Amino acid sequence: MTAAAPATFDAPSASSPALEMIDVTVTSLKDPARVVVEGVNWTVGAGDFWVIGGLHASGKSDFLALAAGIVRPTRGTYRVFGRALVGGYENELLAARLRLGLVFDGGQLLNHLTIAENIALPICYHGDCAPADAAARVEELLELTGLAPWAGETPNTISRNWQQRAGLARALALNPEVLFLDSPLTGLDPRDAAWWLEILAQLSAGHPIVSGRALTLVVSGDDFRPWQDRARQFAMLKHKQFLNLGNRPEAAREAALLRESPAVEVN
Amino acid sequence: MPNGNATPLSESATRLLVRPALPFSYVNFIGHHLLRFLRVMYGLGAFVLITLGVLVTKFGVARRVIHPLVRTQLHRSGLRLLPMVIFLSVALGLVVIGQTVSLLTRVGVNNFLGTVMVTVVVRELGPLLTALLVLARTGTANVIELGTARALGEVESLEVLGIDPIHYLVVPRVIGMALGIFSLTVYLILGALVSGYLWAFIQDVPILPGDYFRQLAAALSGLDFVLLALKTCIFGAVIAIVTCYHGLAQPLQLSEVSEAAIHAVVHSIILCVLVDALFILVYLIA
Repeated sequence: MTAAAPATFDAPSASSPALEMIDVTVTSLKDPARVVVEGVNWTVGAGDFWVIGGLHASGKSDFLALAAGIVRPTRGTYRVFGRALVGGYENELLAARLRLGLVFDGGQLLNHLTIAENIALPICYHGDCAPADAAARVEELLELTGLAPWAGETPNTISRNWQQRAGLARALALNPEVLFLDSPLTGLDPRDAAWWLEILAQLSAGHPIVSGRALTLVVSGDDFRPWQDRARQFAMLKHKQFLNLGNRPEAAREAALLRESPAVEVN
Repeated sequence: MPNGNATPLSESATRLLVRPALPFSYVNFIGHHLLRFLRVMYGLGAFVLITLGVLVTKFGVARRVIHPLVRTQLHRSGLRLLPMVIFLSVALGLVVIGQTVSLLTRVGVNNFLGTVMVTVVVRELGPLLTALLVLARTGTANVIELGTARALGEVESLEVLGIDPIHYLVVPRVIGMALGIFSLTVYLILGALVSGYLWAFIQDVPILPGDYFRQLAAALSGLDFVLLALKTCIFGAVIAIVTCYHGLAQPLQLSEVSEAAIHAVVHSIILCVLVDALFILVYLIA
């Protein structure tokens, strides 16, 4: 398989793609002059569950930042639900952006707000409502993520794991259709890792918190093993290239590629 | 041979050039700083236009989120600084009156007391002193807050939630600082004018309160009120935009936040003085 090989794998969704990258170049979020991935051709169907693997500094976070619409591609075309996504906050683009959610590595919450206020912020901003009007939805999300006891705490007073859960709650607040998660399992103990795997499986299957609709998931990580039985599509970032590994059987056939990942070699 | 970062030139090359009055290292030093200042001004210009654009286009957007933020900023840049401003106003009244009374008494023109107060306090020192106070107390806090938020990725968090960081972080600060500096200047001027008379009274200056305030009223014109409001609001907007620009406009590491605060203070002072100079021109023309 070549790095810039077109994404021939679209199953199980045969409908029009949710996301589509054509020859996209990804630059670093912190250093816009530095190219981290080139020539990405990638198609994500509605309901897909992708895992993007890559080692440290392979550009996973920058790739997800571009996919979530924070960074615009310096080259190529990126379409979200059929609409080319460029920078800015124009109303017509805002609607497309709000169908995407991103959970940052570590949550990246606003430190001057409490956990409940962080979750309520997108609801209040886009719905132009007072925090009290968003209380019911915030309560649901706090229950889902087990954060109710810490609702009134500020992010820097709770552990990284809980901050990341708050990031998930905030990303789900606006009921997105595609959810990106940047290294959600990094630094977790087995119990917390199991919680994340379970909740993502439920979201992928259709959870009541997202109106029962199967959420399209794109997760990054440095190890494919936890995802082998859960994710349905796999890709890898390596040497500035996006390697589409396809679905599970295909990924197994690409074992040679997988073995090149030190995270897998440890196994 | 030049020192520092100067690039040595061959003898044939230097023959073609007029030898500069300063060694190359100094020329490089000045040129480097001048170019950097111009680059910042260019970036600031763009930032001002973006902020104004967002201020206008998103005027009524998310009022229930933005209005509390504006109130918070008004509290930080206005109400919380009121005790300090009252202290400064008393001190300013003493300084101006203490110096001018002795001077005017020497030349026997005490009836110019009101005119001097209006010219010095209302037009110049009042707005500038308030702006510097707000810059020191709130402007530096702005850079540190926003620089830290930028370094910790909070700006990207807002973007991914579809919230324009300029609308959420900059617009409330611009409105809060503009109104805050305007209000504080009014209090500073009123305090300085009243305390000025008290200091004059203590020094046995033979002037009645009625005469003093009549002198003030005669020295003030309608233009003073308009230009005072305009100048203080512009000072507030300039300080807010410069401090937000240095905190937000480029990716920052945590270690770079203190340096950004230093640059923000320097550029704010330079721009406020330039704005003040423009208003002096307006006064002279008017």
